[in-house]
Amino acid sequence: MSVVQGTSRTTSLRLEHFFTYLLLVMGGVVICIPFFWMISTSLKQQMDVYLFPPQWIPEPVQWDNYRQVMTFWPFWPYVGNSVFVSVGSIVGKLFASSLAAYGFARLRAPGRNVIFIILLSTMMLPSQVTLIPQFILFSKLRWIDTFKPLVVPAFFLGPFYVFLLRQFFMTISFELEDAARMDGCNSLQVFYRIILPLSMPALAIVAIFEFRTRWNDFLEPLIFLNTPSKRTLALALQFFQGSEGVLPQLHLLMAASFLSMVPLLVLFTVAQKRFIQGIVFTGIKG
Amino acid sequence: MIGRLLASRGWNLTRREALECYLFISPVCIGLLVFTIGPILASLYFSFTEYNIIRAPKWVGLDKFHDLIQDELFWQSLKVTSLYVAMHLPISLVLALGIALLMNQKVRGIIFFRTVYYLPSVVSGVAVALLWMWIFNPEFGILNTLLALVNIQGPAWLFDEHWSLPAIALMSLWGVGGSMLIYLAGLQGIPSELYEAAEIDGASRWRRFWFITLPLLSTVILFNLVMGLIASFQEFTPAYVMTSGGPNFSTLFYNYYLYENAFEYLYMGYASAMAWVLLVIVLILTLLVFKSSPMWVFYQERQEE
Repeated sequence: MSVVQGTSRTTSLRLEHFFTYLLLVMGGVVICIPFFWMISTSLKQQMDVYLFPPQWIPEPVQWDNYRQVMTFWPFWPYVGNSVFVSVGSIVGKLFASSLAAYGFARLRAPGRNVIFIILLSTMMLPSQVTLIPQFILFSKLRWIDTFKPLVVPAFFLGPFYVFLLRQFFMTISFELEDAARMDGCNSLQVFYRIILPLSMPALAIVAIFEFRTRWNDFLEPLIFLNTPSKRTLALALQFFQGSEGVLPQLHLLMAASFLSMVPLLVLFTVAQKRFIQGIVFTGIKG
Repeated sequence: MIGRLLASRGWNLTRREALECYLFISPVCIGLLVFTIGPILASLYFSFTEYNIIRAPKWVGLDKFHDLIQDELFWQSLKVTSLYVAMHLPISLVLALGIALLMNQKVRGIIFFRTVYYLPSVVSGVAVALLWMWIFNPEFGILNTLLALVNIQGPAWLFDEHWSLPAIALMSLWGVGGSMLIYLAGLQGIPSELYEAAEIDGASRWRRFWFITLPLLSTVILFNLVMGLIASFQEFTPAYVMTSGGPNFSTLFYNYYLYENAFEYLYMGYASAMAWVLLVIVLILTLLVFKSSPMWVFYQERQEE
């Protein structure tokens, strides 16, 4: 009896796995089609883009499209702008959010919790409410058409990261910190000698999140930058689309779009495991 | 030892600690004041003014709100955004949960699938919008080509005012991997003993899902719902990149119309009024969700008491 039950259980388990795989593969194919279509178009000759029925596999494969994007279009300067803005933002957010998270997690002060709750509740604000006055502020400061509006505020913002890092810092044992204080370390020394080195995984998550946000950001560069040479990659792509005679250049537009995605695709594939831990860590359950 | 040390310098130390705390959180507090709370109040003020940046703001009382009520495009943008939220949010919440349940199975190669499903949500923005414009191309796009294979004559998508908004909602589903991952994190936090105990008691798969998974996941659902709500009310890039709000204003997203008013026509007062209306709408909806949550969100702590 028990043997029969055992086999039927394995069979049903196998069947279950089979259907799971079937669904996963089908969904996976659907998800990959847009990527495939983008890469396929990006490798076509100009005249093959508008064929009916469409070519699935480009024939011949035009690797030269990518060279064209990188040479005729100021691709690398745009990448440089995006990298500058992203790195600047990452440094800023890491600075502000780790300091604040340490304060909120480990140092007691009157009003601390109230400030923390106010800070958290700003996460729910639609950004439009702050965008217009920020724009006015930056134009009074003559910061429009510079990278400052995209980088400087990062040194003072980041409620979500404060929350994430605070959760992490609270798990670090106080024994190390107490020992360091006995040796005469002040809070700042404890912070950068003990807390920061132990928090590298969490800091990496902040950096990755912020990189993605900045790299994809469109609205703020659109509002704050005017000069074409200052455009970030995302903004430049939009103008590439809008530029004259772009329709016949769809293969180049797709190549440029794909290139702009590559850093994120690579980064998130590599850092996936760490990143998922980060999501578990923020403790949404509570 | 530490205790005695603390006691001897007790009060002094607490004061010192508080001072240090304020120093550590000061950059964020400055940011909170200068880049968040200040601007919120400023935009409230601007919403009662006529302001184009060049000339000083002129107080006009409730005029801008009055204009809003009479502006057909304002109502159109509100309608478009609500329709989008109604189409996008329920489907993406359910779909993300479904995929997360699949991903939670212990089968080989699941990490590979997880990566594949997750990646599209990483690359949001202009590049994605450009790609989907090409996918939606009525004549040469891949979507209508595939539909033609099963003998369906696809619509003109972004060029058809009845299909443009559903098309953008469809595109947004491609990025469902983000909330999928949050569900997955929640699922993996559910202790497996619960399922084992239920299985021994002979609970069917459906009952296990209904009485264990859903209740224990309800806080995550709440999180995804609130975040999804706030985010979808702020949708901007697709409207700007793909349709410019058209055809016939069918994709005039609220945020896009606000952008036009603020940064193309420099109607800062009007746009600020729009921003505040949006803030109030989002606040009310979020409050409604939270108010209703005791009815459907299950908090483990409460059960343990």
